Amino acid sequence: MFEVKGCSYLRKFERKWGILLALPGILGYFLWVLGPTIAAIFMSFTNWSLAGSPQWIGFENYAKLFDDFIFKKSIFVTFYYAIGSVVAGLVLSFFWALLLNSKIPARSILRTIFFIPSITPAVAVAMVWLTLYHPQFGLLNHLFKSIGLPALKWIYDEKQVIPAFIVMSTWTIGYTITIFLAGLQGIPKYLYEAAMLDGATWWHRLRHITIPMMTPAIFFNLLMGIIGALQGGFTQAYIMTSGGPNYASMFYTYYIFLNGFQYGKMGYACALSVIMFLIIMCLTVLIFRTSRYWVYYEALRR
Amino acid sequence: MVSTVGGKSSHLAGKVVVFVILVTGALIYLMPFLWLIRSSFMTTGQIFRMPLELIPKPFKWKNYPQALTAMPFFRYLLNTLIVLFFVEVGTLLTAPMAAFAFCRLRWRGRDLVFFIILTSLMIPYAVTLIPTFILWKTLGGINTYLPLTVPAWFGGGAYNIFLLRQFFAGIPVEFDEAAYLDGATPWHVLWKIIVPLSKPALITVAVFTFLGVWGDLMGPIIYLNDAKKYTLAVGLTIFRGAYSTKWNLLMAASAVIMVPPIILYLVGQRYFQHGIVISGMK
Repeated sequence: MFEVKGCSYLRKFERKWGILLALPGILGYFLWVLGPTIAAIFMSFTNWSLAGSPQWIGFENYAKLFDDFIFKKSIFVTFYYAIGSVVAGLVLSFFWALLLNSKIPARSILRTIFFIPSITPAVAVAMVWLTLYHPQFGLLNHLFKSIGLPALKWIYDEKQVIPAFIVMSTWTIGYTITIFLAGLQGIPKYLYEAAMLDGATWWHRLRHITIPMMTPAIFFNLLMGIIGALQGGFTQAYIMTSGGPNYASMFYTYYIFLNGFQYGKMGYACALSVIMFLIIMCLTVLIFRTSRYWVYYEALRR
Repeated sequence: MVSTVGGKSSHLAGKVVVFVILVTGALIYLMPFLWLIRSSFMTTGQIFRMPLELIPKPFKWKNYPQALTAMPFFRYLLNTLIVLFFVEVGTLLTAPMAAFAFCRLRWRGRDLVFFIILTSLMIPYAVTLIPTFILWKTLGGINTYLPLTVPAWFGGGAYNIFLLRQFFAGIPVEFDEAAYLDGATPWHVLWKIIVPLSKPALITVAVFTFLGVWGDLMGPIIYLNDAKKYTLAVGLTIFRGAYSTKWNLLMAASAVIMVPPIILYLVGQRYFQHGIVISGMK
């Protein structure tokens, strides 16, 4: 009897404290996440602006999207950048992680060097790359000229601007490398030893042990990379190109920012943001759905 | 990877190749920094001069004091530190509370609530941006630091709660139970037992939070109108607009802004790397 009583006392005690301690977090979710998200959906059906009282206009904002060529351009630009930077970033960071995982001298210094660009404030990164991409005195054009290649216009050219931003994004892949490195260190050694006994070449071992064992890490980096890259580009556009030339770097978040805070079209900006939400949600579901065909989870197999 | 992927005979040769590739890669990754530092010690004329000058001659140390006085650097620094202080305190107080409640106390609906909070990681920040702005406008928070600091006092963000929860979950429950038998409250267990054992995770959260505040551009742009209230990140942007031809000063100012995150990273590196892995892999 006593024990049951004690138990239920402990239960109550835990419940009381549990809710109490979680309360700021729960309130935060309502105040800064759920509330604003519902409000954004609601506002996307109005012509909300900073001046004047908002009116309900139904799907008008969404209908307008079909005629808005900047919207279409920015969808294209954002996907172009996201796919390019995620693929390039995954391949490069996998490559660097493979190399950094070997037992070589100065390994921790090398790792630090690859990581440091990732903790550099985005504003400062943008400033540095402005000078690297400068058509006259930029480092890259100096290098190109010195090996006899024509100087490029980089971010000042409609066709080159997104490739230039993709290159720039491969400078800040430290987090991705770190996740890959941790994944590599988690692969049991005996798998390689067994393969060596069977006379497998390094390619076989990479193809049949390393890559399959790394699929959970690849999956995580792919998902995070896509979600991040689709929301990326704001700082680059704001500081380096203003979305130009000729809207060629009109990143989606920058376009939302312009509509909401420069043009005062908050209802329209909300409609844009709801579309982005839907895109990200669908892609997340899609990536999760396909994961069972290519991600190897040891525990699930058995 | 050569040690595991490469054959035994090619062991040493393989290692040399890997090392050479890595050093080359590291130099490429360092290049933007070196270029920045070089340019920050030159006159604008030297920067543009052809053929290329790699080492500034003479070193123009004065670019630094000049850049720092051309923009109200110390004002911006102070503003940034004020925002940083309140965000750090709010985060490091409320995120451990939530993380503790979500893994070391049992209450009905706990896992569901935690899952719902995690879904906020999927919501793009652009979605909540405009309604949150309107909320602050209604509350009169525009041109104050409230919109930049207050949200941190509500759990410090789903990501931090998640990261701390992962870490807390690895600490034996017996610690808590023994303390409860001695009449301790969860509040005490959290701050006296769990938090002291979770330094790596807390340092990771603190560093992430620092990086977020230090580099935040969108928040200050939207909420602050008064130039005296700007943070360093916005200050640098404004500086660029005003001194667009003085590349050397711009480079000096950019270099200065990079230093604190790098130092912080080097100091907390050990914990920090571990923290990224916890947040990513489980």
